[in-house]
Amino acid sequence: MPAANASEAVSHASVTAPATTFQTTPAAANTADAPDTKAATYPPAPKLTASDYPTIKGVNSRVAVWLVAQLHLWFGAFVLAVPIFVFIIEAIGMATRDERYDNMAFEFMKVSIIAYSLTAILGGLLTFSLVLFYPDLFKYLATIFKGSMFAYALLFFAESAILYIYYYGWHWLQGGNKKWVHLTLGLLLNAVGCLLMFLANAWTTFMMSPAAVDAAGVFNGDTWAAIHNFLWNPINIHRFVANVAYGGSIIGAYAAFKFLSARSKEERAHYDWIGYNANFIAISALLPLPFAGYYLTAEMYAYSQQMGITLMGGVFAWIFIIQAVLIGALFLSANYYLWCGMGRSEGAYRYNPRIKYIAMVLVAAFLVWFTPHTLVLTNAELKSLGGPYHQYLGVLGLMPAKNTAVNFLIVFTFLSFMFYRRANKIATVSWVTTGNAIQIALFTVGLINITLLGVYYGYFTNNVYKVAASIPQVLTTLTILVVSTIIDTLMYKGAKEVAPLHWGRMPARSQYALFLLAVAFTWLMGLMGYVRSAIRQHWHVQGVFRDNSVDAFTPDLGYAANIVSIGTILFMVMVMFIFWLNAINSRRVAAKGYWKKPA
Amino acid sequence: MYNVLKVTGFSLLMIGGFSAYSNYGIPQIIPAPPPVEEKLELSAMTMDQFVAFGGRIYNGKGTCTLCHNSMGRAPMLDRIGSVASENLKNPNYRGTAKTVEEYLHESLVKPSAFVTAGFGKAGSNDTESPMPDVSGGGIGLFEAEIAAVIAYLQESSGSEVTVAIPALPAAGAGTSNAEEAAPLKTPEEVIAKYTCGVCHVFAGHDLENRPGTLGPNLARIGATRSREYLRQALLDPDAVIAKGYAAGMMPKTYGEQLKAQELEMLVNYMAKSK
Repeated sequence: MPAANASEAVSHASVTAPATTFQTTPAAANTADAPDTKAATYPPAPKLTASDYPTIKGVNSRVAVWLVAQLHLWFGAFVLAVPIFVFIIEAIGMATRDERYDNMAFEFMKVSIIAYSLTAILGGLLTFSLVLFYPDLFKYLATIFKGSMFAYALLFFAESAILYIYYYGWHWLQGGNKKWVHLTLGLLLNAVGCLLMFLANAWTTFMMSPAAVDAAGVFNGDTWAAIHNFLWNPINIHRFVANVAYGGSIIGAYAAFKFLSARSKEERAHYDWIGYNANFIAISALLPLPFAGYYLTAEMYAYSQQMGITLMGGVFAWIFIIQAVLIGALFLSANYYLWCGMGRSEGAYRYNPRIKYIAMVLVAAFLVWFTPHTLVLTNAELKSLGGPYHQYLGVLGLMPAKNTAVNFLIVFTFLSFMFYRRANKIATVSWVTTGNAIQIALFTVGLINITLLGVYYGYFTNNVYKVAASIPQVLTTLTILVVSTIIDTLMYKGAKEVAPLHWGRMPARSQYALFLLAVAFTWLMGLMGYVRSAIRQHWHVQGVFRDNSVDAFTPDLGYAANIVSIGTILFMVMVMFIFWLNAINSRRVAAKGYWKKPA
Repeated sequence: MYNVLKVTGFSLLMIGGFSAYSNYGIPQIIPAPPPVEEKLELSAMTMDQFVAFGGRIYNGKGTCTLCHNSMGRAPMLDRIGSVASENLKNPNYRGTAKTVEEYLHESLVKPSAFVTAGFGKAGSNDTESPMPDVSGGGIGLFEAEIAAVIAYLQESSGSEVTVAIPALPAAGAGTSNAEEAAPLKTPEEVIAKYTCGVCHVFAGHDLENRPGTLGPNLARIGATRSREYLRQALLDPDAVIAKGYAAGMMPKTYGEQLKAQELEMLVNYMAKSK
């Protein structure tokens, strides 16, 4: 892959390692005893020189593959995510017999169906560009994964067939058993979609944590061993959750665009409702996303401490400051949208005074999260500070402080959502006072626990134990979220409506929060995709297949960010094209005098 | 159409903001280029040069200091010579080494043979080391490099160096793709390769106002210092310490690392920086 990059730990005088049979990585070590009979059928990883990489004048191979792969991934994430929540929305519609849900689910599919074609086109383009610019790498991987490539093709056909029946049969498969058949098709569509993604992920993760290979890159396992490599499942989980959040944000942008362009009150109300639901989906998946990301990073450390340190402590460490700014922007814009949404009902006004405190906490947590560990200082500043870290604030750059901050962001975003849910209702159950008291106690004790854990592990433990705060902090947050949701659901069952919700009564600026969510999500996915790939540094396949192309260096972060920006702009242009196609699809022009009148 | 323009403008503003922050809001660190594969003249090395070579591997390609540092990720190795003897007698030792040299070799290629208490993988009860086998994969040290690292560890921990300088591997055994490390051609390449710019500011790098200079600013060093002074500063950095800077900060290994041609090129470059 193109994002093979330079090593920080450069050797000034190294010698070529001979082709030996020892193993470096845990995954590789696990398969060291694989039968030799199979090993003979696979060639070693090629040892390439710069001249082995085909070039086209005026085209930067790495950037070309980088952009095409990223665009394919963005669209792939979107089209795989939409059927997941469409399935849930359709099921909700069936359970509640509220047709609005069914219509909304269909509208989501309408947007994604065009994106599906673009995903397939970009997938073909990616394969073409890999074969064109990195033929030896493609051949090496294709040889190892040949067993799954045929299955991938079959699954792709199955996905297309089910998708078209699911979409075009939407209004045909209505009512009674037919609706159940349609819902089952939705489930099948998601199962096939996920399998496709998992197979594609296997290539990516094999390049990061190759399994069943010796130091010379000779593959000595079967296809499943290659697929089921060390980082496969962590990436699968992370991408699955992130895709849902991302799909929600893109649908949110679509709804925002339609809301801003709406010509009637009804249309505005409709797209306001869709925007709200899309934002709800995005936020619901965004809340557990940091945990999935943390699990992935922990597994990277477990696979290779060197890889983990390169990621978090090396040249890429600053990427996580950019990431913090982006995720902070995501949380702030999502909360802002929720706060604007409270204007839909007069019943929400009673919560308005509390919003400013939530905002303060969110901003404080945001500031902690993007405090860098190592500051870039002049000598005078170094002297005045007494070292590279501030005595008290320096700790804010460490993981315990950042974990504390992100848990606060999640808990207070959840609080915003709770206030929104309660906006137009008053609980009528007899135990409402007790219920509220338990919830207040739950939030208070939970937040104190998160803070104490952060302070203790931040200030009073050895460096090696500092990350140990994360698990109990995460469990605390999850406890708050789950228990509070259960109490709230029971407490507001049969609640009295104090004021109606006026869908469509939203300021235009609130819709830009939805756009910010989509743009920031897209850009962030691009950036984190880059770092995931770039930590392989100068390896196509980590440790066994070296990248010797002219692009086998790690670019500085500014350069990487600019490529991500170009990709985001291209993606947004394509998305706007899809929105436009969707808009003209529903327009009908009466061409007077053009057609012959029937006799 | 007006909405399309507004939404497009807003999106471009966001993307531009993210890009601008990434370019100007955080320090732009230029990562080192990929390590060069090159042929090693072991036969011409003295033991001191071999130990120094081991030090470079230890601090560079071997990536040992990523974990073996004061951060507490892995045990410090400053007393490894004497600690190794004690570990060999430890009941938890599961290796086959008999001597300190063998123990060090084993620790590098089979790190789980003995795990220092508190430094094992989580949940392994100190039976499994998180350290990789340095002879393969991402680190990929050659046997001669491992021997050099052992020599360096013995020397730096005050023990007797027992390692013999190994002979080069037979022709064709892994050296077919080796590239001869030719001297660098420009002072900029020297500055980039030896990462001088991490601590110093040089002329023509447009870094005059950049904060973060841990060493003296060398942008106009030629105006006040002679060639002899500059050469001495490179070969023996603590001989004269610039006002306001601490001794011991600059590595003392450049005399061994730099080729004579590179050293003179760098001295001339700085001397002309006025």
